[in-house]
Amino acid sequence: MPLNVSLEEIYETYRMTEKEHFDIRAVTLGINLLPCTSDSFAELCRRVEKKIVTTARQFVKRAEKIDARFGIPIINKRLTITPAALVLSGALTGAAAEDHKRVVDFAKLLDHCAREVGVDFLGGFGTLAEKGLTYADQTLIDAIPEALSATEKICGFINLASSKAGINMRGVAKIGGTIRDLAFSSENAIGAAKFVVFANAVSDNPFMAGGFHGVQEADNVLNVGISGPGVVRRTVEAAPRDLPLDEIAEIIKKTAFKITRAGELVGQELARDLGVRFGSLDLSLAPTTAVGDSVGRILEAMGLERVGTHGSTAALALLTDAVKKGGLMASSHVGGLSGAFIPVSEDVGLSEAVRVGALTIDKLEAMTTVCSVGLDMIPVPGDTKTTTISAIIADELAIGMMNNKTTAVRLIPVPGKKAGDKVSWGGLLGEAYIVPLHPENSDYFIWRKGQIPAPVTSFRN
Amino acid sequence: MEKNCSRDKDLAVVLVVGKDRSGIVAQISDFLWKEEINIEDISQKIMQGIFVMAMLVDLASARSDLGVLAPKFDRLGEKIGLSIQIQHHQIFEAMHRV
Repeated sequence: MPLNVSLEEIYETYRMTEKEHFDIRAVTLGINLLPCTSDSFAELCRRVEKKIVTTARQFVKRAEKIDARFGIPIINKRLTITPAALVLSGALTGAAAEDHKRVVDFAKLLDHCAREVGVDFLGGFGTLAEKGLTYADQTLIDAIPEALSATEKICGFINLASSKAGINMRGVAKIGGTIRDLAFSSENAIGAAKFVVFANAVSDNPFMAGGFHGVQEADNVLNVGISGPGVVRRTVEAAPRDLPLDEIAEIIKKTAFKITRAGELVGQELARDLGVRFGSLDLSLAPTTAVGDSVGRILEAMGLERVGTHGSTAALALLTDAVKKGGLMASSHVGGLSGAFIPVSEDVGLSEAVRVGALTIDKLEAMTTVCSVGLDMIPVPGDTKTTTISAIIADELAIGMMNNKTTAVRLIPVPGKKAGDKVSWGGLLGEAYIVPLHPENSDYFIWRKGQIPAPVTSFRN
Repeated sequence: MEKNCSRDKDLAVVLVVGKDRSGIVAQISDFLWKEEINIEDISQKIMQGIFVMAMLVDLASARSDLGVLAPKFDRLGEKIGLSIQIQHHQIFEAMHRV
């Protein structure tokens, strides 16, 4: 048969994968652990181990095979589970010390399972608590610092707000301390990079640290996260400087379309190979520390001297929306978070902008109103009050609640570091400069606790 | 896909990029022949001064699968001073055809 794609098209694909870091960022197998519940903790652990190991035994090998077959790299292989608090609740005794130990032991068991099947991370060690905290939720939150610092591959999350229920401020007040303890109990505060607080969390997110397998999903589901900030940056950079923004949006849309199609092909093939349901395709521009693979640099390519300056929110709005539109046209399975991430330490453009003072916490917050997630991978001073951490979370969750969107917070208070200091984690997590925060406290606001009521959905001015 | 290619074919695209000189097609064809890979179609041109050639190949009776072939093409490319990539044909169909 004749070659039915043009040389230019073939060359474009080659350039995307070889030079611009287009990849399948994550294939994430979601596993329903609800059938494993038991009032015996030992029995629960036995069932969970069996379930995870039998379901995911072939997962990594099959993913590697697909990677080799299509020549598009699959970077991370991950698992998500039903929120752990739901799985554990029946096996708790009511005796606080014993239950604390059980939660930590459960995290260690999951860590063991993740190693056994060879995945990079296992997400879902958390709970959905936008309206109230159950005993299991509270026990889990209290055990998070120990559980996540005693394990390597486990990621945790908590959903504390939704547009339907409002914001659980009791949970928000509590979680500020949890994040601080988690950061302080792990080397270089890295534990806090494994924990995310959400508003309107999605059940099919393939990205970490916030991925979990929602109760509304089928038993075993494969979700795929595709990425390509480098590809988008190059297409924007290659455009003439005076090209109108609607045409920039068009270019981004077309690029998003192409990478989504490739991602869907790979995802569907892997799901078929594994004999599981293909869940959703999350098209998110997720930066990596590789130079050029930066969302900040895309915004700068649109004509901003430095990301963080005036115009950054508008540029990011255009980018997020164009990515979504291109993706939605390309696949009927678009889900997860889909849009653009702005994780400060993982993105050289954002990290650099913080260093020179162009990007502040307030501008970051403004940008999260139009990005696909929220305040992500932001290192803050080690002496930040827990109420301040809670207040930053409350602000971010309020944005999500009011705008019917997912927002999230992943803050990292780094012990001994002050605003402007450099912190380096290496690898994918990158390096960044400590972001200065407002010195005024928010104590009494946070100490009130209670619930911020859900917003009206009419009169939306 | 079934409509476009017959069921027993396993199509991939080999892309060769580099400086133009004589003998490129011969060297690559020789390698393909040794690997028992059938060439279905060839297209080439000079783009922005660079030699670009794409070969549609059938791996159905090849000695090894794409995962094994890719590093072999890398090594061949290094040896003859060109960049050679192989990717599954379906990728291109998915990305460039609505």
